[in-house]
Amino acid sequence: MTALNVRGLNKSFGGLRVTDNIELAVEPGERRLIIGPNGAGKTTLFNLITGEFAPDSGTISLFGRDITRAPARRRAHLGLARTYQIITLFPRDTILRNVTLALLGLSPLRWNAFLDLARQDHLTHRAREALARVGLEAIAERQLAETSYGERRRVEIAMALAQAPKVLLLDEPFAGLSIDERRELHKLLTAIPREVTVVMIEHNMDVALDLADRITLLHFGEVVVEGTRADVVADPRTREVYLGS
Amino acid sequence: MSLLTQQRAGLAIALVLLVTLPVWVGNTYYINIASQILLWAILALSLNVLVGWAGLTSLGHAGLFAMAGYTAAMLLDRGYGHFTADVLAIVVTLATTAVFAVLGLRATGIGFLMITLAIGQILWGIAYRWVSLTNGDNGINVSTRPAPFGLALTSAPAFYLAALAVFLIALATMAKFARSPFGASLRGTRDQSRRMTALGYNVWLIRFLAILFSGFWSGVAGLLFIYYNQFIGPQVVALTTSAEALLMVISGGSGTLLGPVVGAAIVVVMKNVVSAYIERWNLVLGVIFILIISFMPEGLVPGSVRLWRAGVRRLRGTQSSSLDPTSAPGPDGRRIPWLRPERTP
Repeated sequence: MTALNVRGLNKSFGGLRVTDNIELAVEPGERRLIIGPNGAGKTTLFNLITGEFAPDSGTISLFGRDITRAPARRRAHLGLARTYQIITLFPRDTILRNVTLALLGLSPLRWNAFLDLARQDHLTHRAREALARVGLEAIAERQLAETSYGERRRVEIAMALAQAPKVLLLDEPFAGLSIDERRELHKLLTAIPREVTVVMIEHNMDVALDLADRITLLHFGEVVVEGTRADVVADPRTREVYLGS
Repeated sequence: MSLLTQQRAGLAIALVLLVTLPVWVGNTYYINIASQILLWAILALSLNVLVGWAGLTSLGHAGLFAMAGYTAAMLLDRGYGHFTADVLAIVVTLATTAVFAVLGLRATGIGFLMITLAIGQILWGIAYRWVSLTNGDNGINVSTRPAPFGLALTSAPAFYLAALAVFLIALATMAKFARSPFGASLRGTRDQSRRMTALGYNVWLIRFLAILFSGFWSGVAGLLFIYYNQFIGPQVVALTTSAEALLMVISGGSGTLLGPVVGAAIVVVMKNVVSAYIERWNLVLGVIFILIISFMPEGLVPGSVRLWRAGVRRLRGTQSSSLDPTSAPGPDGRRIPWLRPERTP
């Protein structure tokens, strides 16, 4: 069964067609890279998949289940998690609390107004585990406002991983990172087990290329090329989109 | 002495002082002032749930406060008992709050503020103009105070102690709420509502429930108000009351537990005590607020804590703000938000 299946998806903002009849089928365990120049509609596609926007037409299904009309919060409970290109964290909290909030989001405990959240050791324990996976365990108590940009990128990933998603959407996880940080993150992403299907947007082809099983190239909201890594790299249309020649 | 012991000792001393207040204050006039501070503090605390933790600024809370007061007063006037009148008043207030929330939550930010303001003004209009129901400008008298568990609340000290008991329950509930998973969810919707949705939270419902919680305590404060004054009139529903409650929260320090209480104390003391000596007490109140906002934009309570710490550091000649055990969150961010928002930027 296809992990994530997008069929004939369309979305326009006014007269601007940002998603044009997109077809995307990602198999379980696959690593899919979505590339394309600025304004190709990559993040919009993510926003449609996670339910932040409603599509004008088309369907989205997750492991055979139609989620096109499901509210965004429901999709998280069905096993869809994402990170943001522009860091979207809780700046007044510690790193640990940020990850705890991610865990709490899927727990019925989130409605409880009587317990002390800081004493929910099972949540704290799992949050620390998620932070250990991204190498931030040592600074778990640090206020988010006091962390570096690279650390915040990793908090984003820790929060998504903590939710134990079936399908993980990564929106430009390498953006703004130094060479060393990229190498670290690369290792971290490689270590994600194959039970998790990963769809990753990356603007810059070099860094993420070898993580991908298959690549989809978007341009002006359309799928231009799709295929294995070698196919897409060799395709003249890829060169054309990127170099304009 | 560890921070926790210090906090507990501080709370214990405060509790003893509050319970014995009628003894060491003695004067009925000042005991009554204390009762007023407590009942307004409950309203301010209830508004703080929205302003401080939900990031929703309401200018219509006087409407909820007065809805409970008017309902109880009307029922008492028609011969119902205190228990029935009070329970029904809270039920009616919660129903009103639900409508208030559904309409208000069409927007956030300034939109929420304007919708709540409009609802507050509608309720004021009803209180003022629907004379056959509310007795208009003449208001409604409440002839008796209740006697819970057979304890008469007619004397000033007795009423004070009853108000104190309710206030302490409100404060304890708020403290529990602030540290609970639901409290954390609510603050999450304030800081990153978009992310909260993506994490699986129902942002709308979280806000709705928080408004109901706030409305409940506003209603309780409204009941204390009518029993204290033994009267309710349309001026209570006016925008001034909502604005004053908001000033209490902001001047004291929103997102803290002690801030709204201190804010309530300032406003009540200004209105009652200072106005006896200075005719233009409103001017004094205005100047005080301007000073607070200028020098402590985060509010009086967290601002004082900040200045105090800066002073202590200067005296010690160290710059080790991050080593200050009280400024860093404890293990797992365990910190009681009495003096400062539980999480500071």
